[in-house]
Amino acid sequence: MTDTNDTRPHMPLGLAHRGYTGVIQHLSAREAGSALSDIELESRLIELGFVEGARVEILHEGLVGRDPIAVRVDSITIAVRRREAMAIIVA
Amino acid sequence: MELPLLHLALVGTPNSGKTSLFNALTGSRQKVANYPGVTVERKEGFFVTPLGRQVSLVDLPGTYSLRGRSPDEEITRDFVLGKASGEAVPDLVLCVADSTNLRLTIRLLLELKRTGRPMVLVLNMFDIAARRGITVDVERLAKELGLPVVTSIAVRKGGTADLLKLTDEISARLAAEAEANSWRALSVAELRATQREADRIIADCVSLPSRPDTWTARIDGIVLHPVGGLIVLALILFVMFQAVFAWAQPLMELLNSGFDALGELVHATLPSGLLQSFLQNGVISGVGSVIVFLPQIIIIFLFILLLEDFGYMARAAFLMDRIMGGAGLHGRAFIPLLSSFACAIPGIMATRVIDNKRDRLTTILIAPLMTCSARIPVYTLIISAFIPAKDVWGFINLQGLVMFGLYATGIASALAVSFLIKFFMLRDYAPAPFMLELPDYKMPRLKSIAIGVYTRAKMFLVRAGTTIFSMMVLIWFLASFPQPPAGATEPAIDFSLAAIIGKALEPLLAPVGFNWQIAVALIPGMAAREVAVAALGTVYAIEGGKEAAEQIGQVLATKWSLATALSMLAWYIFAPQCASTLAVIRRETGSWTWMAVTFTYMLVLAYAASLVTYNVAVALGAG
Repeated sequence: MTDTNDTRPHMPLGLAHRGYTGVIQHLSAREAGSALSDIELESRLIELGFVEGARVEILHEGLVGRDPIAVRVDSITIAVRRREAMAIIVA
Repeated sequence: MELPLLHLALVGTPNSGKTSLFNALTGSRQKVANYPGVTVERKEGFFVTPLGRQVSLVDLPGTYSLRGRSPDEEITRDFVLGKASGEAVPDLVLCVADSTNLRLTIRLLLELKRTGRPMVLVLNMFDIAARRGITVDVERLAKELGLPVVTSIAVRKGGTADLLKLTDEISARLAAEAEANSWRALSVAELRATQREADRIIADCVSLPSRPDTWTARIDGIVLHPVGGLIVLALILFVMFQAVFAWAQPLMELLNSGFDALGELVHATLPSGLLQSFLQNGVISGVGSVIVFLPQIIIIFLFILLLEDFGYMARAAFLMDRIMGGAGLHGRAFIPLLSSFACAIPGIMATRVIDNKRDRLTTILIAPLMTCSARIPVYTLIISAFIPAKDVWGFINLQGLVMFGLYATGIASALAVSFLIKFFMLRDYAPAPFMLELPDYKMPRLKSIAIGVYTRAKMFLVRAGTTIFSMMVLIWFLASFPQPPAGATEPAIDFSLAAIIGKALEPLLAPVGFNWQIAVALIPGMAAREVAVAALGTVYAIEGGKEAAEQIGQVLATKWSLATALSMLAWYIFAPQCASTLAVIRRETGSWTWMAVTFTYMLVLAYAASLVTYNVAVALGAG
């Protein structure tokens, strides 16, 4: 993991655009207005590989409201809605 | 001494190639049923190891964890823990991983290990990993994980030899292996720790190439393009429906003439009378008119299975998520709804992938509006009898176009109904999350697809041989008894029970242009929609007497007006009558109310659509 990311401001992945690359800093389920409980959302994100230190890149966006997004998480691709991606803090 | 049956369970994340491994190991020796009390599909297969040990293998639903947040995942958890009712504790758990994508599986495996069951990690699709430059240090991985690791290539002949050999070795010393279960639901911190541990192990044992799969990236560049992707999706669906109509035609004609010849044979060999009428009109013409649609059902399942194996289904869900979201549907509803094109029953059962109850209920309510394959017989029969087989704009078959239109209307109504449900019944709730892995594309393998298509075709034929057959016997009986009095000049059927029932219903259906023969056919159509075609066949065959060998389509073309035909098509877009679908809705929602709601709203829509279609058609001179 390179440390250049430490100098970048932290932001939720849910606000990033196509082509964004970064590293997950932490998960903050409270930030997302998800229908899931905080614990449930966090658990599911972890099960899909969204853990601290993972490299993420936004590969694709949907047509309506640029939602959902297809995110490369290290070696796999996961589709999430921006609402849930708000819980993933990246830099 | 005969050794007891060895029980193996197959566990893995979705997209791990579990099903292709299952197919490779068991071939067509498979049994599909349900777990008691829940509607999770239980797939069991059998095979024999090289040393002659009989093995039962259960393919458990794909899962990312043992938390059990959905019925599918609960089954997987309970089964592995030996808590599933009526199930043997598995002697050995095979945890399947896609070798190109180990991250999520290794985490699941670390969690599974806590159950203490003897376990093997199967690195499937090892050939694809090697081709992509991914190298796995299998020995080291086995040491780090503390369990045997074996590679396999499910889709290649002999690709499971190592796994079979290992199964024999392990089964010889099984008793010593089982440990106590120390698994309990993991906290968020523990989850995170297992994922970290998994990542560490992978970093130690696997070297990944710097560039990801370029083919997947290239294809996704097109099919996930916000606009281009939707065009591709529409094209795929369009080709699919053209194929269902155009490709199946020659085969269907062949089957049709086969059944006609068989009917003729019976007619010629047996003396005229009840037995002859029963075999020719009841059995051969009735069951035959349904079996004729086997080619179309095979084609539609072929498309669905190919798209699923290729990895496109998840992309379709991605593309449709927000669009369906506008109508109050979840992106995950796309796959159940697409399955409903084959049959609403597996479609409704597939809604279990939707965790949110309300999203799930909406999907269940509209799934029967997707044009299931059982409607194909009705559509094709009426279309081929009434719509000319000409080309429009030089290349589009008009019959195919009408078929596409019927499907499109079904989809549009489903979206409209869903929108209304969202608007009136389920307001103000936050939409459930959409999180889905988009797997790398994989070349679909012929054998696995063939087994899948074979299983479905068999299910269809069994249905034709049981439900449909018994309904046909009933219809034949109703249409043949009581026999006409001696010296009667009208067709025999006018005196039958069927005519009495049909004529009683006729006033209700007259405004939509249905005659009493249709009314009779709609009743057994409750058992299975395609029976309506067979029933029409029987009713008209008995009525027609000597011309019974004539094709049902030609009979209809002379007996119905175009307006009636169009009205029948409109009715069948909604067609509320399918007892099995209603039964599944009751079971899945656990409520009679939702079943009644579904039946009523579809009946109202069907009647309204037919009423409008019939009257517009009559006004335009098609009456």
